[in-house]
Amino acid sequence: MQAEHIEIVDFLRQHQPFTGLSDEVLQQVAAQISIAYFKAGQQILEFGAEINDWYVIRSGAVEVFRRNGELYNRLSEGGFFAEFGLLRNKRVRFPVFALEDTLVYMIPEPLFTELFDNNEEFADQVEVEDRTRLRQAVARREDANELMTARIETLVSREPVLLPAGATAREAAIRMTEEGVSSLLVVTTSDDQPMAAARLVGIVTDRDIRDRLVTPGLPFDTPVTDIMTAELTKVEHNQFVFEAILLMLRYNVHHLPVIKQGLPLGVVALADVIRYESQNSLFVVRSIFNAQTVEELTALASDVRACFSRLVAEDANSRMIGGSMAVIGRSFKQRLLEMAEEKFGPPPVPYCFLALGSMAREEQLIVTDQDNALILDNRFDPQLHDEYFLNLANFVCDALDACGYTYCTGKVMATNRQWRQPLKVWEQYFSEWIERPSPEFLLNSAIFFDLEGVWGEMHWPEMLNDLIRRKARSNSRFLACMARAALTRTPPLGFFKGFVMETDGKHTNSINMKRRGTAPLADLIRVHALAVGSRAHNSFERLQDIIEAGLLPPGNGPDLRDALELIAMVRIRHQALDLQSGTEPDNNIEPDNLSDFERKNLKDAFQILSNAQKFLKFRYQPGRAV
Amino acid sequence: MFYLPRSQLQNESSLSVEDLSAVDWPARFHELAASARHPALKQYYQAGVPDAATAIADVPMVAMDFETTGLDPQQGGIVSIGLVPLTLARISCASAAHWIVRPRARLSHESIVVHGITHSDIASAPDLSKVLDELLAQLSGCVVVAHHRSIERRFLNNALLTRLGEGIEFPVIDTMALESRFRRQPGFLQRLRGHKPASVRLAESRKRYHLPFYRPHHAQTDALACAELLQAQIAHHFSPQTPLGELWS
Repeated sequence: MQAEHIEIVDFLRQHQPFTGLSDEVLQQVAAQISIAYFKAGQQILEFGAEINDWYVIRSGAVEVFRRNGELYNRLSEGGFFAEFGLLRNKRVRFPVFALEDTLVYMIPEPLFTELFDNNEEFADQVEVEDRTRLRQAVARREDANELMTARIETLVSREPVLLPAGATAREAAIRMTEEGVSSLLVVTTSDDQPMAAARLVGIVTDRDIRDRLVTPGLPFDTPVTDIMTAELTKVEHNQFVFEAILLMLRYNVHHLPVIKQGLPLGVVALADVIRYESQNSLFVVRSIFNAQTVEELTALASDVRACFSRLVAEDANSRMIGGSMAVIGRSFKQRLLEMAEEKFGPPPVPYCFLALGSMAREEQLIVTDQDNALILDNRFDPQLHDEYFLNLANFVCDALDACGYTYCTGKVMATNRQWRQPLKVWEQYFSEWIERPSPEFLLNSAIFFDLEGVWGEMHWPEMLNDLIRRKARSNSRFLACMARAALTRTPPLGFFKGFVMETDGKHTNSINMKRRGTAPLADLIRVHALAVGSRAHNSFERLQDIIEAGLLPPGNGPDLRDALELIAMVRIRHQALDLQSGTEPDNNIEPDNLSDFERKNLKDAFQILSNAQKFLKFRYQPGRAV
Repeated sequence: MFYLPRSQLQNESSLSVEDLSAVDWPARFHELAASARHPALKQYYQAGVPDAATAIADVPMVAMDFETTGLDPQQGGIVSIGLVPLTLARISCASAAHWIVRPRARLSHESIVVHGITHSDIASAPDLSKVLDELLAQLSGCVVVAHHRSIERRFLNNALLTRLGEGIEFPVIDTMALESRFRRQPGFLQRLRGHKPASVRLAESRKRYHLPFYRPHHAQTDALACAELLQAQIAHHFSPQTPLGELWS
């Protein structure tokens, strides 16, 4: 006699989390399964009842509820339930009802535990803690790319070559030749301080000797401090390699001093990191700055998309992709402003061109509109000067639209008189918004709180950011208004068959991953960031500040980070797939195009977002001390 | 299970051994326990059967299916046996069983096509008499569930008559007969107008209860299919308290 559980084994083999198990194990599983049929509407598990089995849906569909009667999940063929109660105290924690006529497989607890303990892949799929599964999903993907996990210190191959600040340019050149390096760190030392404890004051590169000494014809004994770069862009030894690449792109520098505990550890050069990026965004940035006409710039739109696809193919994370796309977007603006100043002449008064929203947060993707504004000098006289700035704004915004950055539907653009104002007016705007918040206004204007200078007087946006930081953190009414605005967009509950399932149980055909995922997350993180006075713009960096401020319940910060990474990457991957298949990418995803893996992890991520929104609502009530 | 031509399906009476609807099964088992000669058979009867008044929720059952060499139990033989024990609450794969046995009748080409069990499969298979003790032990104390009971009833009876010189009687819950109760057959006029009778075959019956499709003609799979169908029929048309007497015969 040989029992043959043909249909059962076939079914298991085709469904997660069994797909990774050997046929032998599957036979053993099938031989221990019990089966039961439930008519539509019948209760399968009752809250608090004892359970000794884990449930897998063979056919039909079920609804899983929270204890308070709220819908928790809807599952169909291949779905599973009861692991929560099973791994805790063997009591049902989530009651379950048959939504359709349903046939379930019941796997006895000892066998379930054995599978769970002995098969990592199985356990990952079934993981009882939603957040653990998500963490693993994010971590496993990141492991795939050295760029995302390698720390900068691994690139430092030698001690930095230091030069005292009193040296001459010629001494610098000699030192470079002797040591065979292309850059030196300039340091100040005193007699009682060894060289190693020197204070870093600047960096000088071979290019500086060419461009700042030889070309202008300065004498060789010019002090090195005259030709060095004093405004240093530095990296900490434990930052990621991709962060160094982003910094080099952003500030257009080729050497970065690496700092450990305040002291120079070494220097990373562009050549050190370039091998990490086979087909890099640096190339696109260089092409942008080499473009001579708007037509040449618009022709680069396809290169931008190709760069995006490559980053996705190379398993870059969302921070890297969002950062690279933002740098590319900034470069377009900078080059266009250079062109505008050539076309219309030098500006009559100083100005600063601003990026708002996703570009300022360095979370830009390929489907993006332009959000920008102009800060003008306080001496700005509309009669005399506005024609110039209107022309400039029109030129830049039209060209951006032609390059694929479509006009902002909310008219947040420098072409709009309201957003082309002197610094003092901007200061009044922000003071007004924060001190007398209007919920209607804030609902659509959160992006003003993500602002960054792109071109011109770069210290002005910093002054505005300081003003925001100062006024916002202590103003509970403003934070409550921002929080309320951040709660208007909510995530769905999950997926069911080919549909998106809403929390009220209704179904829709597709989901906008921006509106229902990344945007509410960014909104939520912004409110906390304002409350803790963070200087960061990027959501991941803001989150780090929020975690360090101890504002969130333990564990919630890392959960939010994982949720943001996962949702952003699903959005990014699906845009890359659209590009690949030749369709115009958008933010909408049809559940049929999601893998099982994405569905499960997205559901977890949505749950984390939903809980975080509940916390936000509770945390920022008007009048509550912050 | 061997699918019958439609003509035979619709006329069940022609196949039934005798009218068993009025049988008092516990009493009958008591009598048979006394008269049976073969020890395994005697033991089987001694284990008894639940009383007709027992609620179905409390009845231990075994779904049973045979693949055979043909349709006629007088000439055909059993090729394979599938057993799946169940209660109303759960079907248990743990004690499911499947035997391939060597029929004394010739294996016809048509039947090989149906169940895929070949001459070489049965060449090394044991005679039914070798697995009989185990089979009867599994059936002991349980009510047999089958789709189209007369096949299982008549083939097993004949196989035992041939081998032991005495047959076997047992009560059966027939999922096909149950299904027929809920499917109103078209009247004479409707048949004239082309209305086809609702199919009560296993696969079609399962579909009505949204049970998944299984590849037919494997005895253990068919027994499982039948067990699931019974659970579904009771969930939809009866209750856990329904007395056994309303379901078996």
